[in-house]
Amino acid sequence: MTLFKSREALLALAILVTLGVIAARFPAFVAPSNLANVFNDTAPLMLLAIGQMIVILTKCIDLSVAANLALTGMVAALMNGAGVPLPLILCAVVALGAALGAVNGVLVWKLGIPSIVVTLGTMTIYRGTIFLMTEGKWVNAHEMSDAFKALPRHVILGLPVMSWIAIATIAVFAVVLARTALGRAFYAVGGNPHAAVYAGLDVGRTQFWAFVISGALAGVTGYLWVARYAVAYVDVAGGFELDVVAACVIGGIAIAGGAGSLWGAMLGALFLGVIKNALPVVGISPFWQMAISGLAIILAVAFNAAQRRPRGRLILREAAQ
Amino acid sequence: MTAPVTKPAPRIVADRLHSPLRRALRSWEAILLVVAIAVFIGNTLLSPYFLNAWNLSDATFNFTEKAMIAFAMAMLIVAGEIDLSVASIIALASTAMGLAMTAGAGVPVIVLVGIGTGLICGAVNGVLVAGLGLPSIVVTIGTMSLFRGIAFIVLGDQAFTGYPPEFAYFGQGYVWWVISFELVLFAAFAVIFWAVLHRSTFGRAVYAIGNNATAAAFSGIRVQRVRFILFLLTGVMSGVAAVCLTSRLGSTRPSIATGWELEVVTMVVLGGVNILGGSGTIPGVVLAAVIMGMVTFGFGLLNVPGIVMSIFLGALLIGVIALPRLLRRG
Amino acid sequence: MQPVLRLRGISKSFPGVKALQGVQLDLYPGEVTALIGENGAGKSTIVKVLTGIYQPEEGTIEIDGRGVRLTSADAAARAGVTAIHQETVLFDELTVAENIWLGHAPRGRFGLIDRRAMREGAARLLAGIGAQIDPGARLGDLGIASRHMVAIARALSIEARVVILDEPTAALSHKEIHELYDLVEKLKRQGKAILFISHKFDEIFRIADRYTVFRDGQFVAEGRMAEVTEGALVQMMVGRSVDQIFPARVHNVGAPVLTVAGYSHPTEFADISFTLHRGEILGFYGLVGAGRSEVMQALFGITTPSKGACRVDDQVRVIRSTAEAVDAGIVYVPEDRGRQGAVKGLPIFQNVTLPSLGAVSRAGFLRMAEELALARDYTRRLDLRAAALDQDVGLLSGGNQQKVVIAKWLATRPRVIILDEPTKGIDIGSKAAVHAFMAELAAEGLSIIMVSSEIPEVLGMSDRVIVMREGRIVDEVSGERMTPETLVRAAAGLAVAA
Repeated sequence: MTLFKSREALLALAILVTLGVIAARFPAFVAPSNLANVFNDTAPLMLLAIGQMIVILTKCIDLSVAANLALTGMVAALMNGAGVPLPLILCAVVALGAALGAVNGVLVWKLGIPSIVVTLGTMTIYRGTIFLMTEGKWVNAHEMSDAFKALPRHVILGLPVMSWIAIATIAVFAVVLARTALGRAFYAVGGNPHAAVYAGLDVGRTQFWAFVISGALAGVTGYLWVARYAVAYVDVAGGFELDVVAACVIGGIAIAGGAGSLWGAMLGALFLGVIKNALPVVGISPFWQMAISGLAIILAVAFNAAQRRPRGRLILREAAQ
Repeated sequence: MTAPVTKPAPRIVADRLHSPLRRALRSWEAILLVVAIAVFIGNTLLSPYFLNAWNLSDATFNFTEKAMIAFAMAMLIVAGEIDLSVASIIALASTAMGLAMTAGAGVPVIVLVGIGTGLICGAVNGVLVAGLGLPSIVVTIGTMSLFRGIAFIVLGDQAFTGYPPEFAYFGQGYVWWVISFELVLFAAFAVIFWAVLHRSTFGRAVYAIGNNATAAAFSGIRVQRVRFILFLLTGVMSGVAAVCLTSRLGSTRPSIATGWELEVVTMVVLGGVNILGGSGTIPGVVLAAVIMGMVTFGFGLLNVPGIVMSIFLGALLIGVIALPRLLRRG
Repeated sequence: MQPVLRLRGISKSFPGVKALQGVQLDLYPGEVTALIGENGAGKSTIVKVLTGIYQPEEGTIEIDGRGVRLTSADAAARAGVTAIHQETVLFDELTVAENIWLGHAPRGRFGLIDRRAMREGAARLLAGIGAQIDPGARLGDLGIASRHMVAIARALSIEARVVILDEPTAALSHKEIHELYDLVEKLKRQGKAILFISHKFDEIFRIADRYTVFRDGQFVAEGRMAEVTEGALVQMMVGRSVDQIFPARVHNVGAPVLTVAGYSHPTEFADISFTLHRGEILGFYGLVGAGRSEVMQALFGITTPSKGACRVDDQVRVIRSTAEAVDAGIVYVPEDRGRQGAVKGLPIFQNVTLPSLGAVSRAGFLRMAEELALARDYTRRLDLRAAALDQDVGLLSGGNQQKVVIAKWLATRPRVIILDEPTKGIDIGSKAAVHAFMAELAAEGLSIIMVSSEIPEVLGMSDRVIVMREGRIVDEVSGERMTPETLVRAAAGLAVAA
């Protein structure tokens, strides 16, 4: 029975059923190569969802991830244009993304400003900065070096590098969340901030690190995104932050913090990825995408709430059993 | 060791209030007033075109529609909730009006459809938050996608145009000389919302819920009903704003009013409303609306692009909250 | 003998309250020191100072003769101070083992948490205190008593010199309490210095070697348990002899006002039936977690009972919300004043008129003059001390906050007022004032239900006492049977002594 109670199992089932329904009419959709495409296409969402999930675990939210992605992506494209070697660019995007995340983190940690306000603000600031740097100009494919564009698409063992980066990142954070003091602190701080203080954890500092991780992942994704689509401009990934939050909510990450699993968030992202890739295949206009993810968020949050009803003290003997 | 002699508690029986003047001078609204005057003087000095009755009248369109939503949003945030779907409600209400117009409806019906759509959207948010007890931030992030998503499903990359000429009055008409219909509407709503938030039993309940919803519930206040009404109100005001904006633009696109939720929340927070709930005033929001409108207009006169303005707004949003906290730390 | 821990001149204040004023405390190795004082004496504040949650404004802390500064919970743990708190504040979503080791988990390869060592260590610690709990279980799935054992195991996972037990038996059953006593003996033999905080005198005399008494945030006395009597301790705690505290009351009970029949809740209480009369004070006694507050909150419409009926003045009332309870004339002064009672960010007058807004408004709009008049009337009646009526309630002392909450309800002119632990955490002066006021209200014909865990208060104030245990009424006591022993035995589920 626990298998059916498990959020992750239900979600995996939902994805399989969706795939099955599509496969009945469009068998090509579930061909291994196409599934690999869907996975690769969802990789940016998964990368950002890892960071967002950690932030949400600590009772915060990061609405600036898509803007961070767009800014670091643009910086990567400009550095490439200036002839900076690729390894240096990769280091730079991680550092810049982490720094942008750290700005959010410091404002939340040191000034105690609610994260939604901080990241709503930095969201516009980061995007506006792209405009200030470029005066609204695009960086197009022909302005990018071949090596810069090729890396995410380079295929190793049947999967593009972008997919491998997502898989490696998931593996790293599976270990970080389960096996490091910081990983457990993310859960503790969000689950019971009051008790966390008694346990000697610094709530603000833990939240700071969550934002730094979220920022660094947005930085990496910024490069991957710009290189894969071979274009950088102000509105890259506009509104993508909502998809990221949606993936987490659908994956069962409690918005009140402290509860949720990495696998849930990843399945949430895959669910959205499958829907997005399936719409054109089954002949539904892509304009449906937005409404469907909105509906999915609402259903998921309602489902989460139903699962987490407070139980009272269970005073009566017979009730406790 | 002898225990020190304790002083008895002061024998002051509380039966009066502090001086109202003293409170007014130290208030956030007083600071906003000074800022508003400074922005006004700054604009006058920077641009020779600013101090002109028609130019100033044009400037008011920068804030009137957003401010109408901001009044309702202010009450919602005072009560400790938030509605990020307001801009999407505008998109959906505008789309509904376009459909009504296409079906041949007259101006009164178009307006009712716009406001009615806002009401329904507000009710959806209200049921999800107050009825099912879901967190408003996630719910309205969801409905933000849902409402605008429906507008996209209906319109795709198309647009509704060709609204009847009489419909233009709501966003383009003038009541007297340079006084636009929208400005009058803004002023009327300012007074109504001031009275409701600061002088009515409902407003008192809103403050109590925002300060401590549990204690409010333990004081016989129907907390969920108040929350539901607030979402309804925010939906209706978004519908009203949709009527004005659609009328002013004369067309409906699904991307209408994109990013307004951020500007409305910024306006409310700049107006001194605590984002965590419990405090804030309508006069503060009015002043914040005027300041934001004049800054936008001033930037426009100086040919500063809109996106730079949004950087300024983002920084303002954070700065306004950060500054008092920095000062308190000394 | 050299004390392990030595506090001198510790002071700590909060807006409106001086929680500690220059107190001292010594703890000795292998000895249990009982910290004794009434609610509000400063016991929990000193625990928070010792565990690094609060920083005192003045004073010195020495451990083994060296001055230390306990700037955080982490620093306190490293200095060897550990505490088992009043409430088991842990993490529902983490496993038992993680709860025990959070913050100081054993590390394995690459600095990663060694989960096996963690699980084994947890199993060892739990076995050491006789708890049979799976270290891999999710904490949120455990009952109250098991969670408590996890909290104890966590405290012992730190190599501590000083162990603080803050009301450790409050939520435990009889058997579990005895296991805890054994544990304390074990800790003593290991040479740890133990600070034991409890309201229960039998417990204190049983396991403590020394005592320290605080009163109103000040140090009063210290000494050896062997050289003191219960009466003397009580005298030190309250600063006067006990029998003077409670106002003399004329037991003048009238017609039934509130009749509750068969109130039940799926998980919290069952078969609650009683009658409350005009001018009566009905006490509800029981251990913490006996379900008394849950019953009262159901009467007040916070939760809805699954069965049962409630009549006020012979009229059947269905109460599904607090608004309906107030309509029926039933009001409730909650135990958790900060969260459920006062709206701290609102001024005094707005707190007082909150449930009576309809009476001071026309067509939904408030009449300021009437509102202030109402607030002024009732705050005066309760002798509220404050600078001005628009002062925020959060700036008042606990006692004055309680007066605001009571004033709020009296302004609705109720038939029945339920007071849940009405004097918990307030100073002695305000306590006496609240008691005197209760007697006055009862004499005027108001019916009062008083939930209290303090036996002297229950016995001193009530006309009749209902005792609850595990969600059920187990005894009703009046007249000559109203003795401390009857109440304690009924509440603990022991046979009544002949």
